[in-house]
Amino acid sequence: MLNVLIRRVLIAIPVLLVVASLTFFFIRLAPGGPFDADKVVSPQVMKNLNAAYNLDAPLYRQYFDYMSGVIVGDFGPSFRYPGRSVSEMIYTGLPITFELAFYALMIAVALGIFSGVLAALKRNTFLDYFPMAIAMLGICVPTFLMGPILVLVFGINLELLPVSGWDTLSGDKLLPSITLGFAYAAYIARLSRGGMLEVLGQDFIRTARAKGLSELSIVTRHAMQGGLLPVVSFMGPAIAGLLGGSFVVETIFQIPGLGRFYVEAAFNRDYTMILGTTIFFSAMIIFFNLLSDLAVLLLNPRARENL
Amino acid sequence: MKKITSIFLVAILYGCGSSVSPVDQGLIDQVMHIGNGSEPQGLDPHIVTGVPEHHLLITMCEGLTTSNPKGGANLPGMAESWEISEDGRIYIFNIRKDAKWSNGDDFVADDIVWSWMRVLTPSLGSQYPDMLYYVEGAEDFNTGVITDFTKVGVKAIDDKTLEVKLNNPTPFFLGLLSHYSTWPVHKETVLKFGEIDDRQGLWTRPGNFVCNGPMNLKSWELNKKIIVEKNPLYWDADKVKLNQMHFYPVSDINTEERMFRAGQLHLTSTVPSQKCGVWREEGNPNLRIDPYMGTYYYRANVNVKPLDNVKVRKALTYAIDREKLTEKVTQCGQIPAYSFTPPGAAGYNPNTEIPYDPELARQLLAEAGYEKTEDFPVLQILYNTSEDHRKIALTIQQMWQQNLGISVELENMDWKVYLSRQNSMDYQISRAGWIGDYEDPNTFLDIMRTGRGNNRTGWSNQEFDELVGKANATADQEERYRLLGEAEKILIDELPIIPIYTYVRSYQLSPDVKGYSPNYLDHHHPKTLYLERD
Repeated sequence: MLNVLIRRVLIAIPVLLVVASLTFFFIRLAPGGPFDADKVVSPQVMKNLNAAYNLDAPLYRQYFDYMSGVIVGDFGPSFRYPGRSVSEMIYTGLPITFELAFYALMIAVALGIFSGVLAALKRNTFLDYFPMAIAMLGICVPTFLMGPILVLVFGINLELLPVSGWDTLSGDKLLPSITLGFAYAAYIARLSRGGMLEVLGQDFIRTARAKGLSELSIVTRHAMQGGLLPVVSFMGPAIAGLLGGSFVVETIFQIPGLGRFYVEAAFNRDYTMILGTTIFFSAMIIFFNLLSDLAVLLLNPRARENL
Repeated sequence: MKKITSIFLVAILYGCGSSVSPVDQGLIDQVMHIGNGSEPQGLDPHIVTGVPEHHLLITMCEGLTTSNPKGGANLPGMAESWEISEDGRIYIFNIRKDAKWSNGDDFVADDIVWSWMRVLTPSLGSQYPDMLYYVEGAEDFNTGVITDFTKVGVKAIDDKTLEVKLNNPTPFFLGLLSHYSTWPVHKETVLKFGEIDDRQGLWTRPGNFVCNGPMNLKSWELNKKIIVEKNPLYWDADKVKLNQMHFYPVSDINTEERMFRAGQLHLTSTVPSQKCGVWREEGNPNLRIDPYMGTYYYRANVNVKPLDNVKVRKALTYAIDREKLTEKVTQCGQIPAYSFTPPGAAGYNPNTEIPYDPELARQLLAEAGYEKTEDFPVLQILYNTSEDHRKIALTIQQMWQQNLGISVELENMDWKVYLSRQNSMDYQISRAGWIGDYEDPNTFLDIMRTGRGNNRTGWSNQEFDELVGKANATADQEERYRLLGEAEKILIDELPIIPIYTYVRSYQLSPDVKGYSPNYLDHHHPKTLYLERD
């Protein structure tokens, strides 16, 4: 187990280095620079600006300067927002993106597992078809449609919840969390239904039934441990997706999270911000994938045997 | 578990249902909620560029003059009065005796001198130093020709008297002073957090920020909200009725519209264009459409064939039905443009005409050697990603194809790629927009002079250059406008740019907001605003 951990962490370092280096050079290939604006500035002003941000140095020099900064945790100043460092902006947006992803995950897990397990137990009945149809809808309807629909119904027509904001008006966290969580709830529901169906048909479940165990204990203590393994493996990519994919929900609901900075940085050619957020999100994805792999190892003895 | 969940849900829903909307609450507290487009780059008036930044800075800082909220000549700001020498080149500004910074320091003439030195310091990398290039020696200092700032024509005669010497009589100079790049910053505060040329200084953060306007910075939550509150030390504080203004960086137009509908905003930065036509028909009482000093046009690259031929440019221009385009496509009250400078601003009315005459256009094309339209090369229109630009480009493509029989292709590019291609003149026809920085035709015509960075068409005309130059050296306004009108005629006769429509500013405004008057520059001083329900 420890071996796996050390091996994976050691692999992560060169992966991050490659990601950072590729991003560094790729964004320089894109036409247009951070200071290109509709109103052209004089060549002298452009020279002054490039000098102020070290952009007049040769590219390899800029690369080494940047990388030596990153190693000590300094992602440099944002080009778009003078007076703000990239680290500060990540630090401001991250807790909000995390919080949103956490609520969304809670909703996704609770709703997904509940309806998935129920559907598996009541196979081929209304309680199977109905939640699965909703799940299919959740997978198909994108968040940029789901968000405005929820806002229209609960925010504008029923006037029950605020239509935007985060921590500004009471209840403003509910709609974004549901919007973001719903799509993942749908995946989890389908995965847990499939996993449960497979386990419920196995011999040890029949044995448990023959021994006279209650249905509740069969489901919760025996079937779910194996039946939910696909859900656990899905958690890593799901968390990464929730963190990285929160951009749309953050925009619809006017949430000051990291996702908006990430996408806007690319449009603004804010080189340091693009790099900082890319490196950061890559690290997050690697970390959560590792975490979910470790959880699978803990839950599944067969996976441990293959180590 | 289910029980707890339902109690939780009911509690949240109940809590929300009974809460008062920010717009209703604002009425009681005199707090105005404003949709402000995107997150401002910053709040340092010498560094930032852009409209959202301007909306914020106008509440917190003030120049020697302020723009008139009802349009027209500027009003006194930090300077209570001024005298102009007979030749129009020397300005003596009398600074208000009671003018103070928000930390209580006295506002003195030297504050302006130091601030202008800061804008012009090359290593600061200000993007608007040219606003002060009309001052003697300013351009030389900014481009490093001279390093001694005492040679620049701005000097404090005493604490409350400032002298400014200009290169030429510049009748719009007072107008320039209401642009934030010429506004003062508090020397001690800036220097406390960095050098004079420090772009990364933290002086603009809440708690550190010191300026001289009607409001002061209270809080700034990145990408969420900026709150400014009344500054009791402002010289005209008695007139300020609002206690706070909350600015939200809502980049998504549809989100902003929903926020307005739900009573979270008093004022939006814009309206979704697809709704504008419907709202105008239905008579949405909150929809406001005001004149705006901006022109939407197409640039023609005069260095490439066939656009190097003025007859071709004329043919293209005359084949666009501007009235139909504004009525059926843009649908939001835009005004068909027959000149580059928007008519009416600062009392200037360009006397130019652009006919819609497909027959004449075809004839011009034939005269240019393209009798058979199949000989005409395929024309490409470059535009940046936006549904509105796409719709306009599609319409013009169709008009050119129908009226002239030529083939036209559309090239949609990401904003920065579009800018980069335009700057390197790698285009044939390119979408463009120009918004005036001050209320004077010079802010438009000047960019078309030879070698100006924003010309970007390759067009050069000596007579035009001379007329604009001569106009700016003329103190007599009537004569000046005549000269600029002549220049405008040359521009519209040569057509390196194809005017399409004059912008309007469309937005939603709550009926609770009073004192919000339309003006060409869209400058709204918080001093005139208050909230009251009829």
